[in-house]
Amino acid sequence: MKAFLTRRYMFSASHRLQNDGMTVEENREIYGKCNNPHGHGHNYKLEVTVSGQVAQDTGMVCNLADLDGFVNREIIERFDLQNLNYMTEFSHTIPTTENLCKVIFDILHRGFRHAHLEKVRFEETMMNSFEYAGGGEVRH
Amino acid sequence: MVYLTRKAEFAASHYYNNPKFSAEENQRIFGKCNNPHGHGHNYTLEVTVKGKVNPQTGFVVDLKDLKETMNREVLDAMDHRFLNKEVPEFFDRIPTTENLAIVIWQRLEPKLKAAQLHRVRVYETPDLFADFYGEA
Repeated sequence: MKAFLTRRYMFSASHRLQNDGMTVEENREIYGKCNNPHGHGHNYKLEVTVSGQVAQDTGMVCNLADLDGFVNREIIERFDLQNLNYMTEFSHTIPTTENLCKVIFDILHRGFRHAHLEKVRFEETMMNSFEYAGGGEVRH
Repeated sequence: MVYLTRKAEFAASHYYNNPKFSAEENQRIFGKCNNPHGHGHNYTLEVTVKGKVNPQTGFVVDLKDLKETMNREVLDAMDHRFLNKEVPEFFDRIPTTENLAIVIWQRLEPKLKAAQLHRVRVYETPDLFADFYGEA
């Protein structure tokens, strides 16, 4: 039977929202406080949802140790306590949480082989969250 | 169609072990969860049903009925129990969060009359949950 497994993680990072193709005034107008040149940070809550048949011999969609290992190695260790603007993934992309969803989804989609990646969800603060399912519909 | 979700909590212990695997394989695959004396969690259950709003009552489902069904079919059987030893479905099935969601669906689905079961979500901890939508 097909089940969905979701694991929550956390990392902290800073960013600044700025589009170099726009004027100082335009950047300030569009991004407001997020355009502060010195940046600011968030404790990002990351949810990774995978899906698949529950294996009869293990009762699992995938072994949590494999998912935790991949996320810790490829995402948390790389992104935690970093300035997103200085990371290669954001050299030409504005580090909004929308784009962060897509970047993290792509890393998982490319490298995680133990279950089907269903979606990635981010809480940037307690008041806002973002979800990305690789272009597919997000299931609730 | 309106969706309605009811939460419940239960505390239970479990351990993961497949008798077809060797002791070493069980330890390698299941790690700490293989401790034969078990360990426990405070599980949070979310049951989501869907249906049309009854024009007479304004309800999708009578919450009292849903709550009683959840209590009778799930909480009475699982709260403060050792899942491997006291819940028959887990005598020969590993009580992972995925299987808990499936078993709870199978217990609830035939008992719900007014509304259709949409999703069973089981939180093992605040950072880990499984969803089941009744799919084969």
